[in-house]
Amino acid sequence: MSLEDPRTIRKLWTISLVVLALLVLADFWVMKDPHHHAHFGVDGTFGFYSWYGFGVCAVMVLVSKFVIGLVLKRKDTFYDD
Amino acid sequence: MTEAVGLPPPGIILVLGGLVLPLLRGLGPAVALLLPLLTLAAIWAIPDDLTVTMPFMGQYDLTVLAFNPPTKVFATIFAVMAFAGALFAHPITGLDSERGRRWRVELPAAFVYAGSAICVTFAGDILSLFLFWELMAIGSTTVIWSAGTKEAGRAGYRYALVHFVGGVLLMAGILAKVFALQASGVADPLALHHYFFGAAGFEGLSLGTGDAAAWLILLGILVNAAAPPLGSWLADAYPEASESGTVFLSAFTTKTAVYVLMLLFAGTQLLVYVGLLMAVYGIVYAILENDMRRILAYSIVNQVGFMVCGIGIGTAMALNGAAAHAFAHIVYKALLLMSAGSVLYMTGKRKCTDLGGLYHSMPVTMTCGIIGALAISSFPLTSGFVTKSMINQAAADQHLALAWFTLTAASAGVFLHAGIKFPWFVFFQKDSGLRPPDPPWNMRAAMIFFAAVCILLGVPGLYGPLYAILPFPAAAGETLYAPYTVPHVINQLQLLLFSGLAFFVLLPVLKRTLTITLDADWFYRRLFPGTWKHLLRPVVLAFREFFDYLFGQLPQMAKDTVYSPPQEARMFKEWGLGGAMVVITGFLFVYLVLGYIAA
Repeated sequence: MSLEDPRTIRKLWTISLVVLALLVLADFWVMKDPHHHAHFGVDGTFGFYSWYGFGVCAVMVLVSKFVIGLVLKRKDTFYDD
Repeated sequence: MTEAVGLPPPGIILVLGGLVLPLLRGLGPAVALLLPLLTLAAIWAIPDDLTVTMPFMGQYDLTVLAFNPPTKVFATIFAVMAFAGALFAHPITGLDSERGRRWRVELPAAFVYAGSAICVTFAGDILSLFLFWELMAIGSTTVIWSAGTKEAGRAGYRYALVHFVGGVLLMAGILAKVFALQASGVADPLALHHYFFGAAGFEGLSLGTGDAAAWLILLGILVNAAAPPLGSWLADAYPEASESGTVFLSAFTTKTAVYVLMLLFAGTQLLVYVGLLMAVYGIVYAILENDMRRILAYSIVNQVGFMVCGIGIGTAMALNGAAAHAFAHIVYKALLLMSAGSVLYMTGKRKCTDLGGLYHSMPVTMTCGIIGALAISSFPLTSGFVTKSMINQAAADQHLALAWFTLTAASAGVFLHAGIKFPWFVFFQKDSGLRPPDPPWNMRAAMIFFAAVCILLGVPGLYGPLYAILPFPAAAGETLYAPYTVPHVINQLQLLLFSGLAFFVLLPVLKRTLTITLDADWFYRRLFPGTWKHLLRPVVLAFREFFDYLFGQLPQMAKDTVYSPPQEARMFKEWGLGGAMVVITGFLFVYLVLGYIAA
């Protein structure tokens, strides 16, 4: 089994997606837990941590790359003489 | 309270011991491993209520040894770090090899640096704190320079300049405060408690001259905490040090700043926002970066942002969280940089675009790197999970919505920019064809040691000793903080793994490019020199004849007219009027600034 093999990669994707789906479903269980406590309302809703984790990361990557990167990126020889 | 005179603070063992190391020749490397352990033993052997004073200039007493609430946790991890760093830097190829020759400069400098950081944590008055603070700058600059490359030479020079400017700000603030205290008849103007600006002291900040002290001191500390835009020195200088030098550098400067901020500015609301800015800035720059050690350097800023934010929140939970997180952070960040340093040492390459596929031949380096990556991401069962969560919890308890949502976003972003990005681009992604073996035994041992600490601190029940030395330990029979609840574990996994999904979905966008991202160091690396070169210098040159006449010919003519001594009577060399004027103007300016501040 090599990590460069497309079949291995496909298998890893399948396993990962199943784990992610199970994690979202785990919220049914979490929301019944006595320690479950929302401080701001939305943070106690079903699936919050899942979509928030994905969403903010997607936003951070896209903003970094296409807004900040566009303005501030230079060739890595910029400071060389 | 027990008082003693003449006993030096434990950090002195490292400072003086480090300076003696090069004289010990063959014994040096072994002694280097013992000194940090001796220091650690001394830190724990000293009774908590002991204070040591030293007479200073006849009039004052310097308190060189005192336990402040966060002293023990910071001093302990600094000593442990010095040990692991010395193990990683051990000159296994012999003292006469290239690595050995570098060791003879780098390790003594690193010990002076680490030892003075420990002395800062024991300082009981503002002046001894400042003296060791400056000694750290000297030690760390030497660590950078000892890499011996041209780039390290220049980066070290810029690093030193920034830190001495920061030191001047801090000193100016201290002087302003000392003068104000003396004016109001305080007998011990150097005592640290006069400098606890904290929440109340800072709320009253106005533009009055008395308050300038707090601002100057805060700015001086924020330079060392690497808060943007004052912190671009970090990503500029740290990656230019040697593979072992960077490991030392990652630990002390920013975390000493965290310690001092905690002591002097706990509960200062401004720091909440400074911390949030640092957390987000670190992620954005790390996402765009290609140099593996620079990625990790930006993530130091990100992590210190969590601590600074916790200090701004200022509750017992938040301050405990900031201190505990500093402890955990030093370990996993050093571990990550050891892993990156091992790759650099074995391949000579530092850019993600040149690396990849190293999992084939560096299993120990990869495994330890991944453990560090999981710990920085606060995965359950790692150190980050039991420390960083306290800061998030404190933000939630105080209903600070902006802080909580930003910190939670930054927690997800940590996994993205350091937790996955570093291991992925170095050990996996494409196969670079490189097949270097794992590094020598001492480097492997240092990594395994810190990887074990990362995991052990995260195991339920085993983090107790760390919680016990935090600034606000739990009362008897009470729990300080319980990280392992079902919702906390599951929610953290959801946050992190979906952040991971975002990474792999957006992988085409994240593809590495041969670029850097401009930071505030552009101002002093390009704008200021460029302004001189293209604007001021041509102007000066254009007026050259005029200046020559004014400062050269005119005084000469005046002198010839008034008095013309014989050649042999000239006992003293003449000093150009221009040069003398510059010096006098400089002095006048310094007096003016000091006089204004002191007014």
